[in-house]
Amino acid sequence: MSRRKTERLLGLVVCLLSTRRYLTADQIRSAVPGYPETDDLFKRMFERDKEDLRELGVPLETGFNHPFDDDPGYRIRRQAYELPELRLEADEAAVLGLAARVWSRAQLEGAAAGALLKLRAAGIDEASLEAGESRSDIEPRLATPEPAFGPLWEAVRDRRPVTFSYRAVGRSEPQRRELEPWGVVNRHGHWYVAGLDRGRQATRVFRLGRISGPVKFCGPAGSVTVPEGTDVRELVRGRDETPAPDRTAVLRIRSGTGFGLRRHAVDVRPDENQPGWDLVTTRFADVGGFADYAAADGPDVVVLDPPDLREAVIARLKGVLA
Amino acid sequence: MSASVTSTERLQRLLALVPYVVSRKVVGLAETAAAFGVTERELVDDLNLLWCVELRAPDPYCPIDLSYEGGEIVVSQAESIARPLRLAVDEASALLVALRMLAEVPGHQDRSAMSRLIAKLETAAGEAASASSQVAVQVDMPDGDGAEGVAARIGAALAAGRRVHLRYYVPQRDEATERDVDPMRLLVVEGRPYLEGWCRRAEAVRLFRLDRVLALEVLDVPKSLPPEAEHRDVDQGLFRPSDDDVRVELELSTNGRWVAEYFPCESVSDLEDGRLRVVLRTPDTGWVRRLALRLGEDGRVVSPPDLAAEIRDAAAAALANYAELPADTTRPAGDRRRITGSYGPFACTNLFPSRPPCRLGLQGRLPAEEDGHDW
Repeated sequence: MSRRKTERLLGLVVCLLSTRRYLTADQIRSAVPGYPETDDLFKRMFERDKEDLRELGVPLETGFNHPFDDDPGYRIRRQAYELPELRLEADEAAVLGLAARVWSRAQLEGAAAGALLKLRAAGIDEASLEAGESRSDIEPRLATPEPAFGPLWEAVRDRRPVTFSYRAVGRSEPQRRELEPWGVVNRHGHWYVAGLDRGRQATRVFRLGRISGPVKFCGPAGSVTVPEGTDVRELVRGRDETPAPDRTAVLRIRSGTGFGLRRHAVDVRPDENQPGWDLVTTRFADVGGFADYAAADGPDVVVLDPPDLREAVIARLKGVLA
Repeated sequence: MSASVTSTERLQRLLALVPYVVSRKVVGLAETAAAFGVTERELVDDLNLLWCVELRAPDPYCPIDLSYEGGEIVVSQAESIARPLRLAVDEASALLVALRMLAEVPGHQDRSAMSRLIAKLETAAGEAASASSQVAVQVDMPDGDGAEGVAARIGAALAAGRRVHLRYYVPQRDEATERDVDPMRLLVVEGRPYLEGWCRRAEAVRLFRLDRVLALEVLDVPKSLPPEAEHRDVDQGLFRPSDDDVRVELELSTNGRWVAEYFPCESVSDLEDGRLRVVLRTPDTGWVRRLALRLGEDGRVVSPPDLAAEIRDAAAAALANYAELPADTTRPAGDRRRITGSYGPFACTNLFPSRPPCRLGLQGRLPAEEDGHDW
């Protein structure tokens, strides 16, 4: 950290906020102490300073006071710089304190802390905020263990297309994908990105944990358009929408076992032909999923009907012995 | 902090420090240092830096005037930086996404405060708030209304410091259990709410997934937490292997690779043809048996050998049941009436069309295993 640089940047911000007119680089050099004498060095340093301020989110404007001016000038409009007036009730400040904890040790932790700092500066009541920050009866967390989260969030935020290598389910080799990302969604603790897959010219959802290697930008910021009315959450949810359970299964389940299968049964009665067993009738949607579920109970469950379900369970059991 | 802080990070702090003091008129050094996470010495250094800022044109002047005599900071002139800088896109998004996630946690009592705060932040952040709508977090509550009631009662028990009685579904043993629990806190981790509490039956801290709570009753008994009831370190993940755990080695086909994503594995190594070898640690091999039976040819337990043998025996016994079935015994007579029940939470979400849902779990030990794919 350089104290002189901090002083110079601070002087630059105050100077540009105090002017209504655009100030040229030369005017800035004479007003803000700390810039070097040589033009070359000054130019380079000033360029870096502008970049640093923009990265901090300082709305640095470039423009001309007169159409016939040669050099552009700079200023910061107060209205664009200042956080608007914000008053929070005590309960709102407490919720804010709790919310700021959500990203602990995750990607946006620094951003949450930065936001909180500004809101504190806006005069949010410290005691209420701390009440939320120190609440011990609830611990909400949002983790970002996937290395792809950082670059994909930036891509979504800045509307930039990306490419990455992706290993789809059931494929042994990863494939190169090019995506116009529309949004990221966390579902069951895993992150997904939804967008337009350029190679397939279709909407696709990717699980971040299956991305191998780096995510690279492959186009400029602002070059991705999210279609009107896109709901990324729905796109991700849409993938695993459970079909309505419209089929009926009859199972023979050993008495005192198969709690999970019985939990949503529509009918349970002792099997008169097989003492020690019950006949359980239940509804299901998908043969594959339900066969997994029934096979797991091993010798405690026998599928009587329907035949395709029974065959699916038998196939799994035979697979174990194969 | 100091050494690792960059010039721009310090600038960020200074730009917040001035309005922090201005909005409070007078504020103590110690209090301010605590709010900014710096030492008093660092804070005084910041204040000196601010006071020294000088602009030279047209005439030299000092835009910021302040004092911190007697441990009280007063800013008498702050010029143009009396208000904090607007929220950046990342900052606004971090808070809004977190708040919208909190709003989904069942049983929350601060819903009204939450929606008021979200509205105020959206207004204050302006354009910077818009990107946050492209990030969504879903807190999973398959049981809907039931969970809302369970969560509300947990909240009440936590507030009143009372013990609860739980009827809880343990999927790896496929049974419902009864237990008394002294609640410690509500965890929302990996997209799911859990009750963390001292289980008086296990005499240990346990996590209970809210969607597996079959019934919950708040008892008229004050909770009593022993000194060894320590919070789980959620940063380490929910799964914490212990030395007593059994080491299980599994070989997975390409279609069985999802197992490595759902369960915390000690090691994952690639074999030929896209197959995987994974090592898991578990205190209870019951769920491994269930997993292997559903995986069929897509997963094979390699070790321990006695577990592998147990699984083969179970599969053989199950197949023997089918061998005994007369070919026409499919549906018992009289069972063809109209059925209106629902498959409920077990008709669970299927993120991967090629992989059916699985409902497995090791309560308190391996709860992070599935992906909403409870078995």
